[in-house]
Amino acid sequence: MEWFLETESAGHKFALMGFAILLFTVVMGAILLAADRPRRVPNWVVVAAFLGPTALLLLVGLVYPALETVRASFYNRDGSEFVGFGNYATVFTNDGFQTVLRNTALWVLVVPIVTTGLGLVYAYLVDRTRFEALAKALIFLPMAISMVAASVIWRFVYEFRPDQPGVNQIGLLNQLLVTVGIDPQQFLLDAPQNSLYLIVVMIWIQAGFAMTVLSAAIKAIPDDIIEAARLDGVSGFQMFRYVTVPSIRPALVVVLTTIAIVTLKVFDIVRTMTGGNFNTSVVANEFYVQSFRQFNFGLGAALAVLLFVLVIPIIAYNVRQLRLSEEIR
Amino acid sequence: MTTTTPVMAPVPGEIDTRGRVHRRAARAKNRLTSPAASAIAIVIAILWTVPTLGLLVTSFRPELDIRRSGWWTWFTDPQITLDNYNQVLYGGQTNFAELFVNSLVITLPAVIIPITLALLAAYAFAWIKFRGRNILFVAVFSLQVVPIQVTLIPLLSLFVDVGIEGSFWTVWLAHSIFALPLAIFLLHNFMKDIPASLVEAARMDGAGHVKIFFQVLLPLLTPAIAAFGVFQFLWVWNDLLVALTFAGGAPDVVPLTVRLAEMVGSRGADWFLLSAGAFIAMIVPLIVFLALQRYFVRGLLAGSVKG
Repeated sequence: MEWFLETESAGHKFALMGFAILLFTVVMGAILLAADRPRRVPNWVVVAAFLGPTALLLLVGLVYPALETVRASFYNRDGSEFVGFGNYATVFTNDGFQTVLRNTALWVLVVPIVTTGLGLVYAYLVDRTRFEALAKALIFLPMAISMVAASVIWRFVYEFRPDQPGVNQIGLLNQLLVTVGIDPQQFLLDAPQNSLYLIVVMIWIQAGFAMTVLSAAIKAIPDDIIEAARLDGVSGFQMFRYVTVPSIRPALVVVLTTIAIVTLKVFDIVRTMTGGNFNTSVVANEFYVQSFRQFNFGLGAALAVLLFVLVIPIIAYNVRQLRLSEEIR
Repeated sequence: MTTTTPVMAPVPGEIDTRGRVHRRAARAKNRLTSPAASAIAIVIAILWTVPTLGLLVTSFRPELDIRRSGWWTWFTDPQITLDNYNQVLYGGQTNFAELFVNSLVITLPAVIIPITLALLAAYAFAWIKFRGRNILFVAVFSLQVVPIQVTLIPLLSLFVDVGIEGSFWTVWLAHSIFALPLAIFLLHNFMKDIPASLVEAARMDGAGHVKIFFQVLLPLLTPAIAAFGVFQFLWVWNDLLVALTFAGGAPDVVPLTVRLAEMVGSRGADWFLLSAGAFIAMIVPLIVFLALQRYFVRGLLAGSVKG
């Protein structure tokens, strides 16, 4: 048993990995082989073979835990006492949590709008130029790396050195400030603007997503629409405002809502940049702090459920818009 | 990654690229003619590249230089060393080489298992007729909405009850479970697009579902599998929350992201370690991403990203 749970050497880890993949292959192979008798096996056996493992994993690993968390959110910190909506009341009335909610609202408002705007403008500007592929790749790359790595990159940009003779700034942003004669700033320490500097990181990461989806949408605008507009004498900014943007409205809604949902759950950036200190915490980070640092499971559960509840209207809006655009078609 | 949640709308994708090449050429001249437009594009491109460039340059500078001067001075006084990488990879306190192995061991099964399961489930939803199929599919589809935060603690106590806490199994299982709803949805979309006549013909020849799945559908689905595979690979490799929850306390299991995040807290001023560490964490996803970008974009446009 120990061999399967405790792995110290690299060789051992790879062996365990190989074993896990092999085990999975053998089990799935056996299930499928048993179901592969076209006429003799009843239909439900085949369905169970294809769907059973997935259904089991989803029930045990997703549905049950979600229900359990909803239940836990009505209990106190260690689950020993029913407190009704007490945890939710704390989230909405406590001063510290007010800041958390305000910050979350700021993130969810600013990130989707700025990111989509930037992605749209950039996609439009580089569309069908000679450098399109390269230009897109540059914006796209941050999507490949982890939010942790992105946070390290940006912490370095924001790095602060005290303004003393003989001390050089090593952070790019403070160097720029010093060059133009402004005192260097502690970008990550001073609330409330420090949240904005964290938001910049998220925008930097997500812009590639917005650009890619919107660029595909722009390319999918039928040529005759563009031609017709051009014959009517539309050009430049007017083309962008009155032809491009309305034509890709469904894609814009998708991008805005998708980024809003990701932003709502942002955790890695806040945790890596400031650890949620200096008034920068957001709901997803506070969930982690309450659950795994304060061990207040009731409050942690309430914050997780809050995330869940906040996602729903965004998705409902998305689905409604989708229905509308399908009706038009 | 970075990223992102189920989107339900299919976004117009890469359609008929060939037929419009000549028209595209005709239109190309009309864009980016204004200097202002070019300037905006260039400024954005610079803003998106310079932060990474700065850290990259830093990771190759000697420790003392990093402390004393900004990375931009490197261009006038280029000094290159691999000491930072050496120390972060093999230094006793950081030992990123071992973490690299952990990341790899976590990621491969966490990509292979959910894709396989999702392929089978998607096949059942697309090509096997059974009662309650639509309701079940909608149920799985809507599970995409559940944020993983809601599931972490009960799942962790389940793992503790079974006695596998702090092992690779927990991370593999958790990632596989979280990936399934989106994977099934995506692969189902691709699978539905395969002409029914192909499947019917195979059925006429007496092939069972298993045979149809492996011999008819699987070969046609390779691009879809690649698309979701890249996605899931980046997601798992770059994940912080799941790894922190299930492997945070197990030094033999923790991946790069967790330790890198930890180092920012404990050694936030040691830029010679942080810069090299960050690039070690980035190199694999960057390679995978650049090599398979085409598939990744297709996955994005198939209407989804996850979170």
